Amino acid sequence: MRKLLLASVATALTAGTGFAEAQTSEAKIGVILGFTGPIESLTPMMADSAELALKEVNDSGNFLDGVTLTPVRADSTCVDSAAATAAAERLVSTDGVVAIMGADCSGVTGAVLSNVALPNGIPMVSPSATSPGLTTAEDNGLFFRTSPSDARQGEVLAGILADKGISTVAVTYTNNDYGKGLSDAFISNFEANGGTVTLSAPHEDNKADYSAEIGALASAGGDLLVVLGYSDSGGKGMIRSALDTGAFDTFMLGDGMYSDALLADLGTDLDGSFGSVPWSEGPGTEKFKEVSDAAGINGESTYTRESYDAAALIALAMMAGGEATSEAVKDNLLAVANAPGEQILPGELGKALQILKDGGDIDYVGATNVELIGPGEAAGSYRFYTITDGAFETVDFR
Amino acid sequence: MEFLNGLVALANFVLIPAVAYGAQLALGALGVTLIYGILRFSNFAHGDTMAFGTMCTILATWWLQSLGVSLGPLPTALLAIPFGIAGCAALILLTDRVVYRFYRRQKVKPMIMVIVSMGVMFIYNGVTRFIIGTEDQNFADGERFLIGAREFKALTGLDEGLAIRTTQAITVVTALIVVAALFWFLNRTRTGKSMRAYSDNEDLALLSGINPERVVMVTWLIVAALATIAGVLYGLDKSFKPFTYFQLLLPIFAAAIVGGLGSPLGAIAGGFVIAFSEVGITYAWKKVLGYWLPDTLAPDGLVQLMSTDYKFAVSFVILLIVLLFRPTGLFKGKSV
Repeated sequence: MRKLLLASVATALTAGTGFAEAQTSEAKIGVILGFTGPIESLTPMMADSAELALKEVNDSGNFLDGVTLTPVRADSTCVDSAAATAAAERLVSTDGVVAIMGADCSGVTGAVLSNVALPNGIPMVSPSATSPGLTTAEDNGLFFRTSPSDARQGEVLAGILADKGISTVAVTYTNNDYGKGLSDAFISNFEANGGTVTLSAPHEDNKADYSAEIGALASAGGDLLVVLGYSDSGGKGMIRSALDTGAFDTFMLGDGMYSDALLADLGTDLDGSFGSVPWSEGPGTEKFKEVSDAAGINGESTYTRESYDAAALIALAMMAGGEATSEAVKDNLLAVANAPGEQILPGELGKALQILKDGGDIDYVGATNVELIGPGEAAGSYRFYTITDGAFETVDFR
Repeated sequence: MEFLNGLVALANFVLIPAVAYGAQLALGALGVTLIYGILRFSNFAHGDTMAFGTMCTILATWWLQSLGVSLGPLPTALLAIPFGIAGCAALILLTDRVVYRFYRRQKVKPMIMVIVSMGVMFIYNGVTRFIIGTEDQNFADGERFLIGAREFKALTGLDEGLAIRTTQAITVVTALIVVAALFWFLNRTRTGKSMRAYSDNEDLALLSGINPERVVMVTWLIVAALATIAGVLYGLDKSFKPFTYFQLLLPIFAAAIVGGLGSPLGAIAGGFVIAFSEVGITYAWKKVLGYWLPDTLAPDGLVQLMSTDYKFAVSFVILLIVLLFRPTGLFKGKSV
């Protein structure tokens, strides 16, 4: 009896040690988002969604012989490039992360990419940086994003105008990286289609008065005014001013202008206007809602789906590469994101890991129908809507 | 006809917006200039004082609307202005009691008062956001237009529309009434005269038995009224958002300084100079010239002196020129 007891204790001990060994082999993933700053209200849900994907991977028990993925959060501030660079530097040198999920805003993402990711060879997957500039940024194949570039949106907007047969427009954009990038993309596509832009005038957000901008745009003329700004500040001011003076009565709206508050304020005055907004629909989106609801996370918030997908792709790429290293992520991310292979929805990460383990192929669909094109960015689908009787009405998806 | 079309286009896009914006700036600048003249410091909290007064007015407007009170075609907010002024005055007098009086007794330098007012600015900032939030509040009701662009075209048969918003008309009328009342008060009443005396020479004013605390209190009350009225008019015309009011501080100060700090007449002139330079200099004349010039001379380009990106540069260049060549401002104020 005593022998038996000793034996079982010994077995338990060995098992315990074995278990502890498995635990110590962990790989850290940096989650760098603007936890303070202009989008601080969105980032907690984004980080939760990313961590949800990592937890799912860990819980499945199928990941790389018991390697655990541990998220490490850092603050990108969204606007302060120096602070974001310092935070990312800390993630790499002190925490030793092998990959970064982030950053969020386009400006800081570019800074982290060139100052930290490139010199250290750390791959980054951003859920929300949309500036077209990042497409051509030097990245040595290290930069990916699960949100579409605004270059694509510019193409979509120009396409809508071509379908409607409108060839002369005036453009106004919010004077920052987002507005400038989107308006450049739109104008080059529109002019390539044979359209004419009478005047492209920037506007500053939150200013007291927009009469000057509207005066100039009205003088230049055009069939409608393209507004590439924010619905809760300058973009709305421009529309209001244009409506009041009768300068324009139809508008085409960029994604920053999509909000219910805009309709509530301007009501039926916007009838006949139209625009586009990134939108995902289908089984992946619904499945993500189930998964996030079950985990008690708000998965309906902006860019939560993209965040989940970004983190999931990092883990799957590691699995496909057979090791939890930066190289594995860099080399395999495109392969797991795109066809061929078995389609993977949110909540099926365990199954995906098993397929990869068995040497199969997967095509990660995720919450946003991930399809990475060009240098590794989402193709993105946009919802083309018109405003009828003071409500958004879907025309089609492009 | 061609000439009229051009004139209407100019009025619609330059004259009317600039007059309304100028009147709003003038009312704001009057408050700044009064504080500078009588209390002798630049009050950085003025933009947020306007925001707070407007917020009180909005809350009162909502209350009145819930009671079913309405002014018909005019915005209900006009009825609520007295409540707003009362709320704003209460806050300002409390601030003066708790903060400014302490520093006034110490006879600190004006620069220290400026920094103190920045502290007050941040507190007002927070209080306003805490109570009403950071979002846009649209509280205008009643008729939006006196005459809309489309109606005008149908009425006159011209190609160009002319829109006059009710709020623009109210702004100009109210500004005229308020300015007239203020000048009457400063020049004709005993309290007004004592305020001017205190502003001209504090020591002499004290010797002749003027009670300084009373002068200060009356000044703050007038400032509360001016700030609330300016804020409400601006909010009715555009919309209320605390951050925009904070940004209004810049053009308001430019207006007050261009006109001459301490000079009420200057504040009004400064408001219009800044408004017209922001709207006028960056205007693209293509349309108007197209109507006015014979077809052969009609311009192809936009005929824009400067891109609208530079509109703030324009007002600050004017500010610099005035400070360089007339440091006391257009209307002999105090030199800065």
